Amino acid sequence: MTESVSPVPPTPATPEPEERRSRTQGLGPWILLGPPGLWLLLLLVLPVLVIFELSLVPGIRPGDLVNPSGLDNYVEILKPIYLRVILRTVGFAGASTAICLLLGFPVAYWIALMSPRRWRNALVVAFVLPLWTSSLLRSYAWITILRPTGVLNSFLATFGIPQLDLLNQNAAVLIGMSYSFLPYMVLILYSSLEKLDRRLLEAASDLGATPVQAFWQVTVPQSIQGIAAGSLLVFISSLGDFINPELLGGASSMTASRLIYNQFLGATQNWGFGSSLSMVIILAVSAAIALLIRYGDATPKT
Amino acid sequence: MSQTAVSTQRPSKTDTAYDVELRKVFKVYNGETAVRGVDLQIRSGEFFSILGPSGCGKTTTLRLVAGFETPSAGEVLVRGQSMLTVPPYQRPVNTVFQSYALFGHMTIWDNVAFSLKLKGKTKAELQDRVREALELVKMTSFAHRYPAQLSGGQQQRVALARALVNRPAVLLLDEPLGALDLKLRKEMQVELTSLQQELGMTFVMVTHDQEEALSMSDRIAVMNEGRVEQIGSPSEIYERPRTPFVADFIGETNLFRGRLTQHDRDGLTVVTDAGLQLAVKSQEPWAGGGGGGGDVVVSVRPEKVHVSLYKPEVAANCFEGDLRNIMYLGTHVHYVVELRSGDRVTVMQVNTGGERPKLHVPVYVHWSPVDCLALAA
Repeated sequence: MTESVSPVPPTPATPEPEERRSRTQGLGPWILLGPPGLWLLLLLVLPVLVIFELSLVPGIRPGDLVNPSGLDNYVEILKPIYLRVILRTVGFAGASTAICLLLGFPVAYWIALMSPRRWRNALVVAFVLPLWTSSLLRSYAWITILRPTGVLNSFLATFGIPQLDLLNQNAAVLIGMSYSFLPYMVLILYSSLEKLDRRLLEAASDLGATPVQAFWQVTVPQSIQGIAAGSLLVFISSLGDFINPELLGGASSMTASRLIYNQFLGATQNWGFGSSLSMVIILAVSAAIALLIRYGDATPKT
Repeated sequence: MSQTAVSTQRPSKTDTAYDVELRKVFKVYNGETAVRGVDLQIRSGEFFSILGPSGCGKTTTLRLVAGFETPSAGEVLVRGQSMLTVPPYQRPVNTVFQSYALFGHMTIWDNVAFSLKLKGKTKAELQDRVREALELVKMTSFAHRYPAQLSGGQQQRVALARALVNRPAVLLLDEPLGALDLKLRKEMQVELTSLQQELGMTFVMVTHDQEEALSMSDRIAVMNEGRVEQIGSPSEIYERPRTPFVADFIGETNLFRGRLTQHDRDGLTVVTDAGLQLAVKSQEPWAGGGGGGGDVVVSVRPEKVHVSLYKPEVAANCFEGDLRNIMYLGTHVHYVVELRSGDRVTVMQVNTGGERPKLHVPVYVHWSPVDCLALAA
């Protein structure tokens, strides 16, 4: 058979790349790592170290000398009033993650698997479009919608439905947060679902799975990495969100980020305590990411 | 056209002699007709192949039986039951997919157990049947691996076990061996046929590989451009093709286009477009028009043609030409001879070890009138 005999002789192995590699082996990786490494050092590692140092100083105010003296600031966080703030922060983050997942999954599923192929990119862009405006602007927009005389209430009034007082409540914070981070969730879920092999769904159906069974036993496990990545991104973003709790929330919507803000720029002016709170948030987020890296890719995929 | 003797005795709706029946099935996608009026009757327990070039509608036909597509017109029946309103997950058929479509997030065991778990089988029965299915395809020792850790051939076996574990009425196989290398494909061909005989299950296989279809099937449907060209046993398809397409697609053949000039008791005489006069003596009566003037295609298989250096003592179908190509294939030798008329004839001769003609020498090709077949063009 002519096709089994390759007309082109195998290219002789050139010694050149081999040589070059050995000559630069010691230095090459470091040159490549240099710029991002420097970036990480200056903009991430050093600031965290500064925050950590500040967190060891009790009751420091602007202008005070930095004089690390212990973990008093961390003990302070264990007071019930502050624990409640942290719990509320985690609660907001968890709830907005759940809302984003519940709203985002059907949308991403529809775009990735059900919409006409030529519309897909346009639909994704349309969904991500709100990210092009300032997040501050989007929160102000929610104020005009949710305030007692706002768009929502005048809309409800035309149907004779009683007014809703959502602004400056936890509900408003959740609405704002979910709205802010939904596009990220949709984007990540879309890219995960788009890679889903539809033949697997056909196989599931062929083997007797109803569409609902196929969804839970094939679609969800196959896109679990996207679900985990999207949820984690929304959770972390919500955990550190300041604008939505500050603008849409009330006195009862105190979160860790607002508390930290108060320690640095607000009335309290306690940089040490603010730094220790920041360290706790940084540690919590790092732990979450570490978990995702460790367990996010446990099962081999085809 | 009616394809076989079987199609003349049309079964009633409740007749279960046929495991799969398609009646005048059409499938139109976005204005393009993939399947044009396909009639098939697949008997219980037979190994049935749907053979054709890519884009002939064979996979669509299989997907219509599986339920992944709904016919635009016509009816699909499995064991006498209309499938028109039955979703894939309720049909008594299972599919072995071309890409295997194994669930990557499940072990081999869980892949095979998938359909049984959905049916709510007891744990003991589930264990027995999964083990039995894995034993059938010799994959028991891989039960706790994941699909990505297996080779293509092993994944193929798992896909087979997963489809068989449910004991379907009909097993559908979509190019099941297409992704395997030649040696493995030959092995699996033997294994699949012996498995089918062992289980007595109806297998419907889609393939583009005519050799695979010929060697494995009880009956073959040859499809082209959405239509069934012919249905028959492998030998019927090969030796008595009904259309020029089937003659050309199944095995190698030499086709001569021409006009019928004479038709009598001794056979047909065809004069080709290039001016050759061919004598044809079919075993079967000529189905085409009587007198002269009809367009015909004459098919001669390469193995029926003889090459010789000296003019043979035969009158009919003997032509002089130049030897243009010799391919030595071990058991056989393949020649290409260019006739004086410009036609090229391929010849396949058993390597008997005698004197072989050299390239570019004048040779004679000849074949018997009974070894060629006239088909209405």
